Amino acid sequence: MSVTDSAAAVAQPVLSTHGLTVRFGGHVAVNNVSCDFRPGTLTAIVGPNGAGKTTYFNLISGQLPATAGTVKLRGQDITHLGAPKRTRMGMGRAFQLTNLFPNLSVLENVRLAVQSHRGLGINMTTLWFRHRDLIAKAEQILGLVALAERRDDLASALSHGDKRKLEVAILLALEPDIFMFDEPTAGMSVDEVPVVLDLIHHIKARGDKTILLVEHKMDVVRSLADRIIVLHNGYLVADGEPEEVMASPIVQEAYLGAGVADHV
Amino acid sequence: MLTTLLSGDFPRSRALSVLLLLVLVGLALAPFLVHGARALNVAATICIFVVLVASYDLQLGYTGIVSFAHTMFYGIGAYGVGIALHAMGPGWGPVALGTAAALAISLVLALVIGLFSLRVRAIFYAMITLAVAAAFAVLASQLSDITGGEDGRSFKVPEILQPSFRLMDGEILGRAIDGRVVTYYLVFASALALFLLMLRIVNSPFGRVLQAIRENDFRAEALGYRTVVYRTLANCLGALVATLAGVLMALWLRYVGPKTTLSFEVMTDILLMVVIGGMGTLYGAVVGSALFILAQNYLQALMGQASEALSGVPFLSQLFHPDRWLLWLGVLFVLSVYFFPTGIVGKLRAGALARSQKSP
Repeated sequence: MSVTDSAAAVAQPVLSTHGLTVRFGGHVAVNNVSCDFRPGTLTAIVGPNGAGKTTYFNLISGQLPATAGTVKLRGQDITHLGAPKRTRMGMGRAFQLTNLFPNLSVLENVRLAVQSHRGLGINMTTLWFRHRDLIAKAEQILGLVALAERRDDLASALSHGDKRKLEVAILLALEPDIFMFDEPTAGMSVDEVPVVLDLIHHIKARGDKTILLVEHKMDVVRSLADRIIVLHNGYLVADGEPEEVMASPIVQEAYLGAGVADHV
Repeated sequence: MLTTLLSGDFPRSRALSVLLLLVLVGLALAPFLVHGARALNVAATICIFVVLVASYDLQLGYTGIVSFAHTMFYGIGAYGVGIALHAMGPGWGPVALGTAAALAISLVLALVIGLFSLRVRAIFYAMITLAVAAAFAVLASQLSDITGGEDGRSFKVPEILQPSFRLMDGEILGRAIDGRVVTYYLVFASALALFLLMLRIVNSPFGRVLQAIRENDFRAEALGYRTVVYRTLANCLGALVATLAGVLMALWLRYVGPKTTLSFEVMTDILLMVVIGGMGTLYGAVVGSALFILAQNYLQALMGQASEALSGVPFLSQLFHPDRWLLWLGVLFVLSVYFFPTGIVGKLRAGALARSQKSP
């Protein structure tokens, strides 16, 4: 990619939300959030519990219909498209509350994602195990998240940390352009966290993927993020460079609290 | 070769393999192993129900769709051929025409019911199918000019399938090779082919998606699979195969009526066979159908003998009186569901798996 091409790519957001709003009865969970996401960047989305971070994710990935506003992917309005269509257009999501196929094997969980990415789902006449390339791909991805040895176990038999890693493996298998991680390391033991963070680092290093990351751990956010946006009570209250956002009074008050801000 | 034929879906349990082989050989040689019209009727009924129950399992066990309209599609197949043969006289033309028309009607109905209601939650879908099936049964008995009403329709099948037809002179193993034997093998071969076809479908990439949808439809959507499309396809496939089972039943019985195809009793029988055999395994359909239909036909006779043997004992002889056979059938099913919640196939496979893990 030449310099001018990448400059043009930076100018063009791959994903953007405009006035995105969702209302549950009287409660406005996400309120008029406008934001652009550029390719090759990692944006951290922070905010206190109940700020609307996961709901914002649900609106972007299509799990929830928006009350108002638009979501655009590569300039195309996708507000009214369903989740499957958005996935096939290149959006991938790892869920916060692990959302797996509990009674299928670890390998099958990933293989299904590879199969979807290859567009083979409707094939009725061939045998699934004859598609060796899908299985090989799934095995390779399981290796990346250090789950290769658990391939034949049921997903329900995994520990919490391993389930989170499987979530990430499924996301990788979809080979999306836009990666959405919803607290990927929550509830993981200390020695498991680096596996996932290294993977995110690796994806970011490729430079052509867009990453959205909801995360509570400030050290993680600081080491990975190019940009931070802060949600509070459904509003977008801050947006900018990590240091700048973390230093801003509104963030210290709304999210970090005065005491925590001292040693951030 | 065997992998291709069975689509790689092996019984995975020695006991199950033996059981399945027993059923297969028994059905393949039924005309020569047993004598009399009744025994052959039991064998043909098992063949047809294996297909019918397996096609229901495609929806219930593999995709997680609870439908009560399966007998409706079965009935459409039976009535399609029955009405065509009744109106146009015996011949293969009416059979082909009736089958084609029945398949078309089933496909449209399954598509419409699916697209309109597979988006709603499972319980509502079950209710809708129940309503549609009930309406269809009423319709079939009301349109008596066409369907024969409650009496149904008797008709003549193509000559080669008629009892008076002789394929060859003389007998093989004491059985004359008449039209009934020819019909039986038509039923048997069709059932075997349809069963292997379904085995292929559930072990295809498509079949794996169906299981994913059963496990977690929300997640399947997030992976990019449009679950409505997959559910509707599974529904249509199940309906089409059930229709073909109906066609086979009509050809075998040379009669079609509401009681043999559309009644709710047939629906509950199918449900029981799926559950007893094991949901989510097509082999469960084989085991479930064979056991259930054998019990239905021979339990009464068996109990008659038990009752006679116990004639001296006052209470027991009453308990085993042949008239109580339905009670005992019920008890057997409650017990089997209680002890084998995953069905007979599930139980056998779990046992084989546990043994193989103990001695690696």
